[in-house]
Amino acid sequence: MVSDDPQTPAALLTMHGIVKQFPGARALDGVDLDVRAGEVHCLLGQNGAGKSTLIKVLAGAHQPDEGQILIDGEPVTIASPVAGLKLGVATMYQELDVVDGLSVAENIYLGHELAKGGFSQRRAATQNTRKLLARLGHGGISPHREVGTLSAAGKQIVSMARALSHDARVIVMDEPSAVLDSEEVANLFRVVRDLTAQGVAVVYISHRLEEIRQIGDRITVLKDGRTVASGLAVADTPTAELIRLMTGRNVEFAIPRRPAVPADAPTLVRVDKLGLRGSFEDVSFEVRAGEVVGLAGLVGSGRSEIVETIFGARKATAGSVEIAGRTLRAGSVPDAVRAGVGLCPEERKSQGLLLDEPVYRNITLSTFARTANGGFLDEGAEKREAREQITALDVRPADANRAARTLSGGNQQKVLLARWLVHGCRVLLVDEPTRGVDVGARAEIYALIAELTAKGTAVVVVSSEIEEVLGLADRVLVVSEGRVVHEGPSSEIDEHRVLDLVMEGSAA
Amino acid sequence: MSEHDVTAPVPDADESARVEKASAAAAEGGGNRWSPLKGSSGRNLGLVIALVLLGVVGVITAGDRFLSIDNTLTILRLAAVLGVLSIGMTFVITGGGIDLSVGSVLGLASVWATTVATQTMAQDTHWIVMVFTALAVGLVAGVVNGVLIAYGKVVAFIATLAMLVAARGLAEIIANRQTQTVKVPEFIAFFRADVLGVPKIVWTFAIVAVLGWILLNRTTFGRRTIAVGGNPEAARLAGINVKRHTMYLYALAGLAAGIAGVLMLARTTAGSSTNGQFYELDAIAAVVVGGTLLAGGRGTIVGTVLGVLIFTTLNNVFTQNNVSSSAQNVAKGVIIVVAVMLQQRIAERSRAGT
Repeated sequence: MVSDDPQTPAALLTMHGIVKQFPGARALDGVDLDVRAGEVHCLLGQNGAGKSTLIKVLAGAHQPDEGQILIDGEPVTIASPVAGLKLGVATMYQELDVVDGLSVAENIYLGHELAKGGFSQRRAATQNTRKLLARLGHGGISPHREVGTLSAAGKQIVSMARALSHDARVIVMDEPSAVLDSEEVANLFRVVRDLTAQGVAVVYISHRLEEIRQIGDRITVLKDGRTVASGLAVADTPTAELIRLMTGRNVEFAIPRRPAVPADAPTLVRVDKLGLRGSFEDVSFEVRAGEVVGLAGLVGSGRSEIVETIFGARKATAGSVEIAGRTLRAGSVPDAVRAGVGLCPEERKSQGLLLDEPVYRNITLSTFARTANGGFLDEGAEKREAREQITALDVRPADANRAARTLSGGNQQKVLLARWLVHGCRVLLVDEPTRGVDVGARAEIYALIAELTAKGTAVVVVSSEIEEVLGLADRVLVVSEGRVVHEGPSSEIDEHRVLDLVMEGSAA
Repeated sequence: MSEHDVTAPVPDADESARVEKASAAAAEGGGNRWSPLKGSSGRNLGLVIALVLLGVVGVITAGDRFLSIDNTLTILRLAAVLGVLSIGMTFVITGGGIDLSVGSVLGLASVWATTVATQTMAQDTHWIVMVFTALAVGLVAGVVNGVLIAYGKVVAFIATLAMLVAARGLAEIIANRQTQTVKVPEFIAFFRADVLGVPKIVWTFAIVAVLGWILLNRTTFGRRTIAVGGNPEAARLAGINVKRHTMYLYALAGLAAGIAGVLMLARTTAGSSTNGQFYELDAIAAVVVGGTLLAGGRGTIVGTVLGVLIFTTLNNVFTQNNVSSSAQNVAKGVIIVVAVMLQQRIAERSRAGT
């Protein structure tokens, strides 16, 4: 643990007064950051606060308009990502930049292949790779293994090894835990601690405050492109204070309490012995109008596949799904949508949005044919419907014509929810509703789910955050290795019990 | 810049000013309802300028010969065949696909419409039989492509490459490698006749282009095309039948090839198995130069029409100046690369603006 006394270790990396102007928006407006050797420095901020731009400046992908960057007290210019690597700054982006078809060693030395006279030195690369992987405590991964066959956690290790192969002294990790389950996160933390013990500084970005508590030494908070607090010691800063700094207001970080589901509420969803070969089997449950059912489980347990199969995005190999008494055609999304089922998928960008299309067209993607007259679009009506939802859900900026790409994660999620609100679905399936969503928008999404159930919508929630599932759901299904290992009211189970059940299930 | 230098504005006011500015920029960039150059006015303007410059070069080098009404109509007649083909291609490419077979299908349609059997039938009943034959051949070939790609899961490049070879071969078999002249005078008479001084071949292109523009920009079909090309998984999870729509897109391209076949017959008065050779490449080039994204998700009919006119005018200027066709091809290659590079510049700039 690094003490908060500014005298002790000199700053390894200092950014001072960084300004980055984009046409129409000032992404960074005076950011300060100082990172010391051997610490985990957490960068906090809501989506759109400027974190991504800041790390791109640090990586050399963007050039700052104003401000200074110092490494070891020396002013430097990071003109390109290559220059950044030479200066010892390596970045692990959220979408891991590994090449699936190449081997572990080839990935690690990608761009700086070990070669002599034009011939690659495969043996040297293999040996160094072994050393790097061992240094990360993953000597078990073969340098020859194809990266595509590794899990997300394994790919992350490869990405980290690549950073080390550049003799990185500062490693920036952009939401490294987003794709990991809790066991893998624990492993990641161990690796991070090993790295910092070796004097490497880690700039750690995450939306999960509890993680920052576990791994962070100091925190810098960004808001609207400015540093609002820097060098806060993690140990002395209460969570409520962090939320206040990030959002500029006091948010009750709680999930709204909902009244109990009335006893006479009709059953809207009836899932009967549903199965998908190689993924899950024998899943049966019911959801009543106004009820929230949560699916808890690890990444890869089959929980996402279950909701996707209910929705018809995957074709069930066994069992059936009934919506309000009507059996859905297996593997037909249009049939599910007609029956009033909506899905907010796990991967917003790759599964949900047309990134270059305007927000309103993303909102009306399921309904534009209904609004149309004899095949001719009614864009006026579409925009009206979209604007109503933009106002109701407080999508920011409130501009229906803006490309969906330019919105923050939380606002993109709101756009997806708005799509099904316009559609007027009776059954809403939400997969990871708050992944990569900042604290403020999170509370809004929780409130929205509560509002929907009050109107009689049946909701199925999938989330990696067990607390979230337990908080949102009336009933919880614990999924492990493609089987439902527990079903019961969420009030009768706690996080530890869920984890135990998950572990038991995987051991079996 | 100066706005931010003003001393201590209220943070909220600052924020809203920023949002306002950004949305004003977005409104400028696109989304205005009525402009036919919708969302890409800058890019289309560039194409118009290129076309005008070509015209200037034509006038300087060939003078009155280039400027004459006859020559202008020749350019338009030549543009019509490629143009109709390219409108169909615009839909396929916007939908995230590619169709290499349209040139061959054009050839096959022209041959089938001029077989002895078809022409006899046409003489007995009406010349429209020839038109229907060509359209049906194009449509069927397109449906075959579409079914193979959408339901048979054959990669579009391969499926349509196979159709390219097969359709050309079938045309040769049917025509026995002979040129079949159109023997129904009413057919030629109809399409060559002028309306308001403009031949019907050119009118057909204009009508197809207008219908194509409406279909792409104003109908659910167009919206689905953009969605399927932009993000097929998102389209699928929003309830769009992506496979069926993909099939429709290739059927449409086939139909367009059939129409182009009819125009080719009207222009050359002959059905030949070599009709439309390499037209698929010209069509793809015109579409891409026009500003349609080869990766899908964004398409422009106006751009495609301008792209077609640019290529056809270029050919004409070269021919007027007796430049060899080999040199023409080299120039075309250079133009494709330069145009696409310029486009990427513009696209990057407009993206940075949002």
